[in-house]
Amino acid sequence: MSIDIETARRVAKLARIRVEEDDLPALAGEFNTILGFIEQLNEVDVEGVEPMTSVTPMRLKRREDVVTDGNMQDRILSNAPDAREGFFAVPKVVE
Amino acid sequence: MSELSKLTIAEARDRLRNGDVTAVDLTEACLSEIDGAGALNAFVHKTPEIALERARTADDRIAAGDAPAMCGIPVGIKDLFCTEGVASQAASHILNGFRPEYESTVTRQLAGAGAVMLGKLNMDEFAMGSSNETSTYGDVVNPWKVDGRNLTPGGSSGGSASAVAADLCLAATGTDTGGSIRQPAAFVGITGLKPTYGRCSRWGIIAFASSLDQAGPMTKSVRDAAIMLQAMAGHDPKDSTSADLPVPDFEAMLTGDIRGKTIGIPREYRMDGMPDEIEVLWAKGADMLRDAGAKVVDISLPHTKYALPAYYVIAPAEASSNLARYDGVRYGHRAKLSQGDGVTEMYEKTRAEGFGAEVKRRIMVGTYVLSAGFYDAYYNRARKVRALIKRDFDAAFDQGVDAILTPATPSAAFGLGEMAEADPVEMYLNDVFTVTVNLAGLPGIAVPAGMDRQGLPLGLQLIGRPWEEGDLLNTALALETAAGFVAKPDKWW
Repeated sequence: MSIDIETARRVAKLARIRVEEDDLPALAGEFNTILGFIEQLNEVDVEGVEPMTSVTPMRLKRREDVVTDGNMQDRILSNAPDAREGFFAVPKVVE
Repeated sequence: MSELSKLTIAEARDRLRNGDVTAVDLTEACLSEIDGAGALNAFVHKTPEIALERARTADDRIAAGDAPAMCGIPVGIKDLFCTEGVASQAASHILNGFRPEYESTVTRQLAGAGAVMLGKLNMDEFAMGSSNETSTYGDVVNPWKVDGRNLTPGGSSGGSASAVAADLCLAATGTDTGGSIRQPAAFVGITGLKPTYGRCSRWGIIAFASSLDQAGPMTKSVRDAAIMLQAMAGHDPKDSTSADLPVPDFEAMLTGDIRGKTIGIPREYRMDGMPDEIEVLWAKGADMLRDAGAKVVDISLPHTKYALPAYYVIAPAEASSNLARYDGVRYGHRAKLSQGDGVTEMYEKTRAEGFGAEVKRRIMVGTYVLSAGFYDAYYNRARKVRALIKRDFDAAFDQGVDAILTPATPSAAFGLGEMAEADPVEMYLNDVFTVTVNLAGLPGIAVPAGMDRQGLPLGLQLIGRPWEEGDLLNTALALETAAGFVAKPDKWW
C-alpha cells in the first residue's frame, strides 16, 4: 500500500489538521515509511484468533444508569477559550 | 541541606518517623535543588506553595502518629496527570493555560497518603516520544554526560527520570504506554515500574492510548518502587478498566529470597546489531539471578518481532480517537480565525497550531488505519497479533516461568538532536524490548544493572505475571542487590 499526495490530503482532512500543500509530499513519505513498517503484520497467521480484550478474564464493571455528577457549569466552562452566557462559543455553524 | 534530596523514600520515611528530619526540611531541600537545576529543564511548573503547605500538614500527621509511608515525601508529577488548579498540559501547546478543575485519582491518592507535590515534570508531547524532544517546553537534559555532550534522558517520562536521577525529588510519577517509564529509567540509572494494566486508575491522566497507558513509580530503589506503588494502586469506580482486586503490601513481600524461582530468557530478544555490551550485561544479569538461587531457562516468545508494528497501529489508532477532543472549544488553545472561517477551519487551524509534528503524524496514521476499507487490514489484524503476543507470555508462565529477564533498552542514552535526521521508525526501535509488555498488559520493571564503556548507565528489565507486582519487585530486589549499582552523575547543572 502506497500513500500518494491525494491520500495524505484526505487523511489530514479527516483528522481535522490543516497541512499546507507544500508539506503534503513529505507527509506522504513519512506515512509510507511507517506503513511499510506495519506491513510486516501481514506475515502473521491470525486465522481464528480473537482480538485481546483484557489482561486476565474480567467483566467490565456495571452500575446503575443514573446521574452521579453535575451542576458545575462554571467549572466546566472555566477553561474554555470562549464561553458566553453559560455556553461554549464557536463560530457560526448554520447560515 | 542538599543531602536530604538524595534520600530514598524508605530512608526519608524512617528519619521522618524518628523525628530527625521534617517534611518541611525535605521539601525545602528539594525546592532549592529544583531552583538550581534549570539547565535540566525537568520541572516545568513549580508548586512551592502547595509543596510547603502539604509538608506542614504531613509534619502534623507524623507528629500525631498518623503517617502512611509516603507521608511527607517530596515527589515530582509528570505533566500528563491532571492536578487541580495547577497547569497540566501533557507538554503540548494545545493545552496552553489549561488548569484542571479536578485531580487525577493517582495524584489524589498520593496526596491522601501525605506525599508532597513539588511541581510538574516535563515529558514528550502527549507521551509520544522516546527522547523527550517533542515537548512544547523544550528538551529535557540527562544529568549524565559524556564528553560534555547533552544526552537525552529518554522518553516519554524524561523529566521524571532526569529529576529523580539528579536528586531534585525523592521520586516521581511516570506513565508507560510503550516503554515510557522503563526506557527513561534505564537511560538515567534509576528504577522504573510499569504495573499490570488496570493496577492504577487512569482517571484524570491525559489519555494517549487507553488500552496501553498505565501509571507507575520512578524511584531510586526497588523498595521505593514498592512503597510508592502501594499509594498509587487500587480500584477506582471512575476507571472501568481499573481492577477490582486487593492491593497487597508490596514492601512486605520484599525478602530478596528468590531461591526456587524460574527466570526465563527469551531468545527472540537477541536482536541483530545489538551492542555486545547489552548482551554481556544481560548474561551477567542471568548469572546474578542464578547465583541468588533462581533457575534460569531459555524460553521462546515467537511473536516478539511483530510487537512494534502492532503497537504502531494500535497506539496511533487510539490516539487519533482520544486526541479528537482537542478542538479549541472546551479548553486550551484556539487559533485566531480569519473573516468567514467556520468551525471546520477553527478545528483545522487550532489542531495544526496546537500539536507538534510527532503528535500530528501519529494522529494521522491512526486516522488512516481506522478509515473505511483499512480497519480490518490494519487495526483488527494488529489487535489479533496482540492476542498472539499475549499468548506467547501466557505459555511461558504456564510452563512455570516466574519472571522474564531482558535488556531494558537497545543502547545507552544517545545525544539530544542525534536522531533528528532519522526516520520516525528508527526512533520507535527504542521501545523494542518494552512494548511487548504493554501489549500483553503485564507488569515490567527496569533496574539499573551496569555501565557501558562511556560510563553511562544501562538497565535490565524483568517482566512478571499479571497482578504479581509483589513477586516481580522481589526478584528485582535480588537483581538490584547483586548488581550493586550505586553510581551517580557528576553534578554540572
